[in-house]
Amino acid sequence: MALRNCREIYGRTLVELGQQNRDIVVLEGDLGKSTMSCYFEEAFPDRYFEMGIAEANMTAFAAGLSLAGKIPFTNSFATFAAGRAFDQIRQSICLPNLNVKIVGSSAGLSDYGDGSTHQSVEDIAIMRALPNMTVLVPADGNETRAMTRAMAAYRGPVYLRISRADLPDVTAVNQEFVIGRPSIVRGGKDAAIFAVGAMVAKAIEAADLLSEKGISIRVVNVSSLKPVDEAALKAMAEDMKGIVTAEEHSIIGGLASLVTYVLRGTGLPIECIAIQDRFGQSAENLDRLYEEYGLTAERIAAAVVSVIAKNTA
Amino acid sequence: METTAQCLPERGSASDARVRVEQAARILRLRVVEMLGPNTKGHLGGSLSIADVVAALYFVKMRHDPSAPQWPDRDRFILSKGHSVLVQYAALAECGYFPREELGKLKTLGSVLQGHPDIKSTPGIEANTGSLGQGLSQACGMAAGLRLDGRKSRVYCVVGDGELCEGQIWEAAMSASHYRLDNLVAIVDRNGLQATGPIESRFNTNPLAQKWAAFGWHVLELDGHDATAILEALDQADRLPGKPKVLIANTVKGRGLPFAENNAAFHNGHMTSEQYELALKLLGSEFSADRS
Repeated sequence: MALRNCREIYGRTLVELGQQNRDIVVLEGDLGKSTMSCYFEEAFPDRYFEMGIAEANMTAFAAGLSLAGKIPFTNSFATFAAGRAFDQIRQSICLPNLNVKIVGSSAGLSDYGDGSTHQSVEDIAIMRALPNMTVLVPADGNETRAMTRAMAAYRGPVYLRISRADLPDVTAVNQEFVIGRPSIVRGGKDAAIFAVGAMVAKAIEAADLLSEKGISIRVVNVSSLKPVDEAALKAMAEDMKGIVTAEEHSIIGGLASLVTYVLRGTGLPIECIAIQDRFGQSAENLDRLYEEYGLTAERIAAAVVSVIAKNTA
Repeated sequence: METTAQCLPERGSASDARVRVEQAARILRLRVVEMLGPNTKGHLGGSLSIADVVAALYFVKMRHDPSAPQWPDRDRFILSKGHSVLVQYAALAECGYFPREELGKLKTLGSVLQGHPDIKSTPGIEANTGSLGQGLSQACGMAAGLRLDGRKSRVYCVVGDGELCEGQIWEAAMSASHYRLDNLVAIVDRNGLQATGPIESRFNTNPLAQKWAAFGWHVLELDGHDATAILEALDQADRLPGKPKVLIANTVKGRGLPFAENNAAFHNGHMTSEQYELALKLLGSEFSADRS
């Protein structure tokens, strides 16, 4: 699978959108060469606002631009975009339901060197909790492109969570992305793994490991965490022996919370692979962190074996 | 129904405009008192301190059309100190944005008049504010967006002097001067009192003029209860190019009601029945005479 960088694709897509729609404006918290909003600055300097290291002002400033008819995209690292500016997102954007796009970059543990201050383990939880907010997490570069286009076309607040890492392609180049719709990225009949972001590729790896043992796995990409088509999610689970969720996020408030809630009452055994109510930390590479926090194909595969065993016990 | 805006004298000459603002301000204060009623807690003090500025903006200075609240070329008013929205509701009703009867439903379930400004609930409200420190940032973004479209609209934003504790105000102030937002006018309602007492002893935000000047703004200081001074400052702001403008309006919290003036208890307090009757008499009698 080809590796591609979601930030790079996001930055290029933003320029493409800027060419199509002159109302698109971009705000940046002095991280443009990491978030890759720098391409938009080169292409449309008049519609690019360097806001300095001041995320609170950037976010409410974006609300003002929206009130003047613009479609603003704010950019920073996920923990600052969603966390530091949380009250601005809540009060100035979600309460009035404004058309502002919040892009949280270097999300999850992906800024492995900088450590806990720059890693986001709770951003999905706090963004999902906000009324009117849409929460999207691309699984790869292709989906990043499709999602960025979709969020520009959608009217209302959106939080987009982008990894810093290069991710393998798990979706097709021109695969359609529809807000709210989960998609099956690999067919299977024994158990399902619901995964999000970088964990979708890990889930496919896990499915490969399990297929060697004769276990057939369906992998579902839940890239639209809010809204989500609950009926579709349920239908993708109900004919399975067990369910595993996998996310690079806290066990609290993310995909685990979503899936266990949607599947309540089905009696399906469920295991959740996530960060166990801990902050991140520095490491020499992302894989070391994935091992430390249990976010590996092997751990996902073991969880699948465990849920199947529970069902047949 | 005739609106107050229609009943007031034409804005015409400077002295007509002054009379218009003075009469409007008195009516706004009366409506604030009526809206609150006796024995009901509300943000009386900060609504009264800014009443003259609000009257000058809505009844003389701003280009706006109550019959077309979304007119793209209108001037914008953002009340960053959203708790004082009573006086803005009064102005919007008197201009005809919504029926005056709505004022009687303030803060009741399903009312168009929420406890803090909400664009989805109330015609004429331009921004959701009340979590302090955010309105000026929104005003900056709005000014930048209007300028991108080549519109001549001005953006007015009232902030409290207590609100200046919020660090975001100063982030916004830097961004306004960095982007040379000269279509933006901030107005500091410098009434000297925060919720729990005098700003100078509770948490000092002074000196104000030096701070704003250091952040790259044109600074004008004025008596925030002098209609002529307010109108002159607003006109002068139009003529100052290249930078955002701030009007530091020296005001009295609770202005117009002797029992509430300079009294922090009326930041969010209630009037007794006797105080309410007195307030109606002080604010209402002259107005009634005008209308008869």
